[in-house]
Amino acid sequence: MNAKEVRQLFPILDQEVNGKPLVYLDSAATSQKPLPVIEALEQYYRQYNSNVHRGVHTLGTKATDAYEGAREKVRKFINAKSTQEIIFTRGTTTALNTVAASYGRANLREGDEIVITYMEHHSNIIPWQQVAKATGATLKYIPLEEDGSISLEAVEKTVTPNTKIVSVMQVSNVLGAINPIKEIAQIAHKNGAVMVVDAAQSAPHMKIDVQDLDCDFLAFSGHKMCGPTGIGVLYGKRTLLEQMEPVEFGGEMIDFVGLYESTWKELPWKFEGGTPIIAGAIGLGAAIDFLEQIGLDHIAAHEHRLAQYALEKMSAIEGLTIYGPKERAGLVTFNIADVHPHDVATVLDAEGIAVRAGHHCAQPLMKWLNVSATARASFYLYNTEEDIDRLVEALKKTKEYFSHVF
Amino acid sequence: MSFNNPLDALYRQVIMDHYKNPRNRGVLEDENVDINMNNPTCGDRVHLTLKVEDGKIIDAKFEGEGCSISMSSASMMTQAIKGKTVEEALRLANIFSDMMQGKEYDDSVDLGDIEALQGVSKFPARIKCATLAWKAMEKGLHSQQ
Repeated sequence: MNAKEVRQLFPILDQEVNGKPLVYLDSAATSQKPLPVIEALEQYYRQYNSNVHRGVHTLGTKATDAYEGAREKVRKFINAKSTQEIIFTRGTTTALNTVAASYGRANLREGDEIVITYMEHHSNIIPWQQVAKATGATLKYIPLEEDGSISLEAVEKTVTPNTKIVSVMQVSNVLGAINPIKEIAQIAHKNGAVMVVDAAQSAPHMKIDVQDLDCDFLAFSGHKMCGPTGIGVLYGKRTLLEQMEPVEFGGEMIDFVGLYESTWKELPWKFEGGTPIIAGAIGLGAAIDFLEQIGLDHIAAHEHRLAQYALEKMSAIEGLTIYGPKERAGLVTFNIADVHPHDVATVLDAEGIAVRAGHHCAQPLMKWLNVSATARASFYLYNTEEDIDRLVEALKKTKEYFSHVF
Repeated sequence: MSFNNPLDALYRQVIMDHYKNPRNRGVLEDENVDINMNNPTCGDRVHLTLKVEDGKIIDAKFEGEGCSISMSSASMMTQAIKGKTVEEALRLANIFSDMMQGKEYDDSVDLGDIEALQGVSKFPARIKCATLAWKAMEKGLHSQQ
């Protein structure tokens, strides 16, 4: 994979910010979009925008084919058995909320347990807090190892026969830790629980095979993997999805509507109430084509190289603390001694470098790390070692700048 | 300095002085206004306690966590409002809000150190940092009235 060539396909990267060439290191928040995705959206809106599953007319058929074609692309992308197991949602948050609100509320009783980890994103914490409150179930947290990773011993200790749901992120958006989902799923299943995977930070960066992982549900977002915002995916095993009630009711999702009773369409449409996210799904399909053309394995290897390079260069800066394990996905979360991460991010922005600063929607993890906020540089297929060199230079300048103003 | 000028307009010496040596840091024990405010998008938080008697702010302290801009702004604010009437403090909050939005502001009031925060208005992403403590004060004084 040649990142410099890939980069040419992302027009947004070719610009100056505050007088300096842009270095975009915030892909874990949202990725940039390549030309094939921008063109797919434009083509849809220019040439065949129509509602799906209803028009007899030609444009309606074209839109339906493209929308359902995108579903097949997603199925192949994660190796699901059937497109009936692929539900389009607004994003990871909506997907996880659907599992909590539908499967969770129907299957949890007082005394049951939901198990998550200390490193989860708020979107994989709050839906479970809410369903725990509503059902009387208990929410439990798997503790982290010192380096921020999860040990299977800790999983074994936390998951019990009372556990009904285990929900874990595959890759941490703060620590970069890559969690052993397959093994955690085995422990969950041994105890009779279902396994839910938050794949928001993994689906863009590594090959996912839901049958190999043997997870029961898996959620991810399009916008972090070169697709548009407002589209995401909930994968669920068919046997489970079939038992579950929809969360949203209205147009598109019905089979028959009477005055007092209605019945639902079959899978996956019973979970897609209202006019679906047609352009978003088509854009996501184009993003999947793009990523697969380059190859997820190549992307993962490229990011691994970047992360190791960044770790090496950044840990040489005195006074810089890096969070998370050495073996990690393509992101580095850090703090500079005595400089607040917001101030770091402002100074980097003046150098044309975009990083994230704050709690990264992971307040329980920030508490575990004993920090109020951190800065994060995250990498994707279009980033290069030169980007990291620019970051490292700017971090050194940041240190120097604040040592002068104090 | 190797950086361009806009940064120097933000990180003025007096701001960094308030950040490093915050004035009125702590929690009042005999307070009658007690307000917590967070900036949920970035995690900054301010805990402001005021003692108000006969429409006058007798004492003010703040606790909190955050960046140089949010903490220095809280420090400067407590310094400025001590001894002022509630009405004067709220007027100052309005002036500060105008200043942050880059609007013309009433310059008949001596702003003292607060003037140094003027540069924040050129950094839209940081305006919320500067206004956090002021929003807390406004909320606290309004609920007390």
